[in-house]
Amino acid sequence: MANALKSPRWSPYVVGIGIGVLSWATFYFMGKALGTSTSFVGAAEAGLCTIASEHVEQNAYFLKEYGSKAADGAKAFKPIFDWQMALDVALVIGAMLAAWLGGSLKGESVPSLWRERFGPSVAKRYAAAFVGGAILLFGARMAGGCTSGHGISGGLQLAVSSWVFFGAMFASGVGTALLLFGRGGRGEVSNA
Amino acid sequence: MLSPFFADPKTLAMGAATGLVFGFLLQKGGVTRYNVIVNQFRFKDFTVLKTMLTAIVVGSIGIYAMLQMGLIKGLSVKPAELAMNAGGGLIFGVGMVLLGYCPGTALAAIGQGSRDAIVGVLGALIGAAVYAEAYPAIARSIEPIAKYGKITFPEVMGVSPWVVIGGLAAIAVVVFVLVGKREGKAALAA
Repeated sequence: MANALKSPRWSPYVVGIGIGVLSWATFYFMGKALGTSTSFVGAAEAGLCTIASEHVEQNAYFLKEYGSKAADGAKAFKPIFDWQMALDVALVIGAMLAAWLGGSLKGESVPSLWRERFGPSVAKRYAAAFVGGAILLFGARMAGGCTSGHGISGGLQLAVSSWVFFGAMFASGVGTALLLFGRGGRGEVSNA
Repeated sequence: MLSPFFADPKTLAMGAATGLVFGFLLQKGGVTRYNVIVNQFRFKDFTVLKTMLTAIVVGSIGIYAMLQMGLIKGLSVKPAELAMNAGGGLIFGVGMVLLGYCPGTALAAIGQGSRDAIVGVLGALIGAAVYAEAYPAIARSIEPIAKYGKITFPEVMGVSPWVVIGGLAAIAVVVFVLVGKREGKAALAA
């Protein structure tokens, strides 16, 4: 067991089983399905609230995700720092712990595959990451979930919405990767 | 305004425990790495597909078994708004390859030291805010298209969930075998 914790990499099948069993636990003990991207809306709107709270309180999407009714029927809000926000924050810590135990905790600004294709410029990588992140969350919210909420949780519930998302996401990702990287033969199939 | 900000401590502790385990698994699985995620979409690394398919099959068996035994109250299915699901998915795929992480793995990647993931998460917050502003227009135009409610494949097909899960498991095994063969060939060629 100690050796496994110190191993930098686990089999994807072992990790997949682990995530599957974790989803049993969230359903059974918490009545929740794994998901991560709704809280990005909560965090963004909480930030906006500091400069324009009325605007946020009247935003239709914010109300859809976080609105609720008080006992007297007045407009109220669900807590922004909720189950999923705690999950999102803990994701960082859990991964840090895993990387630290496995000896793979390492600061990195430009991943090697990006460097091979687009060069060592940190600014260029950060620009793509920023724009990519914005597109990613826009898409996730439009679809109603991301790789966790739709991909894993929705997939395992055999939801039609989630499998449609999964197919569209994968097709678009393959097309985008082809545009960005071409058919190039670099980095042959790795057997990790 | 916006009060209460925090959910109750028990809910937060449960969420944090889930996130700790989830983040730990994602990092150990290697799916918090830019190269691994991007190379899945280039068909050069199948870690993401293996992880997700395994999680889905294992998860579905447990969830549907617990549902039938009455151990859980119900499912938590997202509504089929197919234009939104597909359109959002198409946009998501572009972002996922450009960033090299998805929302959950970006957060986990921050934990392992990937600084580009921090920038990606900042961009994601902007994307979330932009979506919230754009929502009224989207709700009028795209959301009403192909709305079917919270449907699942067993319901649509009129079969037992176990038929669908069995089929899914069979597909997963075939994919794993094919991928294994491809990896074997690549290893020989290398």
